[in-house]
Amino acid sequence: MSNYLKLVALGLITVFAMIAANYARDVAYLVHAIIIMLVAGGMFLWTLRHTDEPVPATGSLEHEYMDGVIRAGVIATALWGVVGFLVGTWIAFQLAFPGLNFEWAEGYMNFGRLRPLHTSAVIFAFGGNALIATSFYVVQRTSAARLWGGNLAWFVFWGYQLVIVLAATGYLLGSTHGKEYAEPEWYVDWWLTIVWLAYLAVFVGTIVKRKEPHIYVANWFYLSFIITVAMLHVFNNLAIPVSIWGSKSVQVFSGVQDAMVQWWYGHNAVGFFLTAGFLGMMYYFIPKQAERPVFSYKLSIIHFWALIFIYIWAGPHHLHYTALPDWASTLGMVFSVILWMPSWGGMINGLMTLSGAWDKLRTDPVIRMMVISVGFYGMSTFEGPMMSIRAVNSLSHYTDWTIGHVHSGALGWNGMITFGALYYLVPKLWNRERLYSLSMVSWHFWLATIGIVFYAASMWVTGIMEGLMWREVDANGFLVNSFADTVAAKFPMYVVRGLGGVLFLTGAIIMVYNLYMTATRSPAVEAKAAQAHATPAE
Amino acid sequence: MEQYSFLRQLADSWALLAMFAFFIGIVIWAFRPGSRDWHDDAAHIPLRHEDKPASDDAPARN
Repeated sequence: MSNYLKLVALGLITVFAMIAANYARDVAYLVHAIIIMLVAGGMFLWTLRHTDEPVPATGSLEHEYMDGVIRAGVIATALWGVVGFLVGTWIAFQLAFPGLNFEWAEGYMNFGRLRPLHTSAVIFAFGGNALIATSFYVVQRTSAARLWGGNLAWFVFWGYQLVIVLAATGYLLGSTHGKEYAEPEWYVDWWLTIVWLAYLAVFVGTIVKRKEPHIYVANWFYLSFIITVAMLHVFNNLAIPVSIWGSKSVQVFSGVQDAMVQWWYGHNAVGFFLTAGFLGMMYYFIPKQAERPVFSYKLSIIHFWALIFIYIWAGPHHLHYTALPDWASTLGMVFSVILWMPSWGGMINGLMTLSGAWDKLRTDPVIRMMVISVGFYGMSTFEGPMMSIRAVNSLSHYTDWTIGHVHSGALGWNGMITFGALYYLVPKLWNRERLYSLSMVSWHFWLATIGIVFYAASMWVTGIMEGLMWREVDANGFLVNSFADTVAAKFPMYVVRGLGGVLFLTGAIIMVYNLYMTATRSPAVEAKAAQAHATPAE
Repeated sequence: MEQYSFLRQLADSWALLAMFAFFIGIVIWAFRPGSRDWHDDAAHIPLRHEDKPASDDAPARN
């Protein structure tokens, strides 16, 4: 019966997408209508062929974890990661060598179009898939219950991939809100809202039916990430479409209100997407890999509440010396500085989990990866509050220092903890005894670490140099340097940055090869153990 | 503008106080006497049920 309803819905969507493709007012909308038509039409045919077929009887699945969707999420994370790093490396060289903005690709492959593709690919495609996959893994293990909602988890996974594809193609074709990290246009925003609410339902449903009396702290972090991102996404994307046949929409807020809502969103995308969610990973995977419970559970509770109470106010530090009232930017600055304490509390909690097991750092490159990620977390959560101070910000803002800061956080903290989680997950999920090659993990570790050092160090130098050149005045009070002078002075640092990206990307490619070989070639868990561990196909 | 002034005053007085009190309450609650067993038990959650969910006769909680 439900198949008939599905067929009706998919048929209607397909027809609507055809009409939309016909009336489309811009290229991005046309391409998106065709993508939706093909996806919905394909699903219609698939459902049709399976309607009224006998359904093979399956026993109760309640005594097994749902791991198929997590395997898919792990694959998506690794592949989108490589795509995002590749685009990032490419645009780094576009900045160093403007000739790489090819004439023939102007309007599609130039820096301005590829840059949001890079940021969204690494944050939302790589990071988002990592968060969804690990949160599904962690919430099941720490609740001792199968995912709630059956195939709803698969809807979340594929729905999210559709968001990524629509966003990425939209950027290249020029469909954008022009809001940092919130570029996709109105219909992609609406679709993401639906997918995100389904994600929330699966996650909360699993927590509700848990068999453990406590909700483990990692789940608190994941839950705060899901709820806050839903709230931020809806408010920052309040926009009225110009036409339902076109991708253009107009923001509801304007002027400084729009700027404030944007950076309330933008900074909490960092705070809740890239911090709270990834802290959920830290609180599960570091104890697992170290085989010991977290250093202090009390500290983790205080870490959680302090972090979410404070982070939400830090956004205005992006708007120092603007039309924003002084009290608001001071508030943002003060909260950013206070934020240092819970951040370092969490860092200490993660690092001290290894106390008594520090020898593992010598023997286990996966835990080395997790530890350096927490180290980078500590470093960038010290740098961030410092840069939010108004006087420092007057030097650092609009310079490459900001870009360096973001990347030491994103590559160091988010990237490394995700790599660690992937190295932990793949042998478990594919039922393998161990990783294919630990020395490849070491190679990945050192390539990535040196890559980040190249990146961050070159951006510190070029950022501070640029800031000082901009403010340099001669004896008569005239500015000494033109903007083009700073661009010329930055060239060598841009090359170093690009090389750092090459190293990081190479490490990620080694990881993908290693994970692929682990899933296919590594010895399976021994037969006897395998029976106890069996995870039959979903 | 009236609404703005009202909300602005509420935000930096009672709302601030309420949130601060809530946070202090959490800290006191986390450090309350006798919470150690509770926390030890919770901290060990990741180290069990790795391969399959708890069986149905385990204490279920909603």
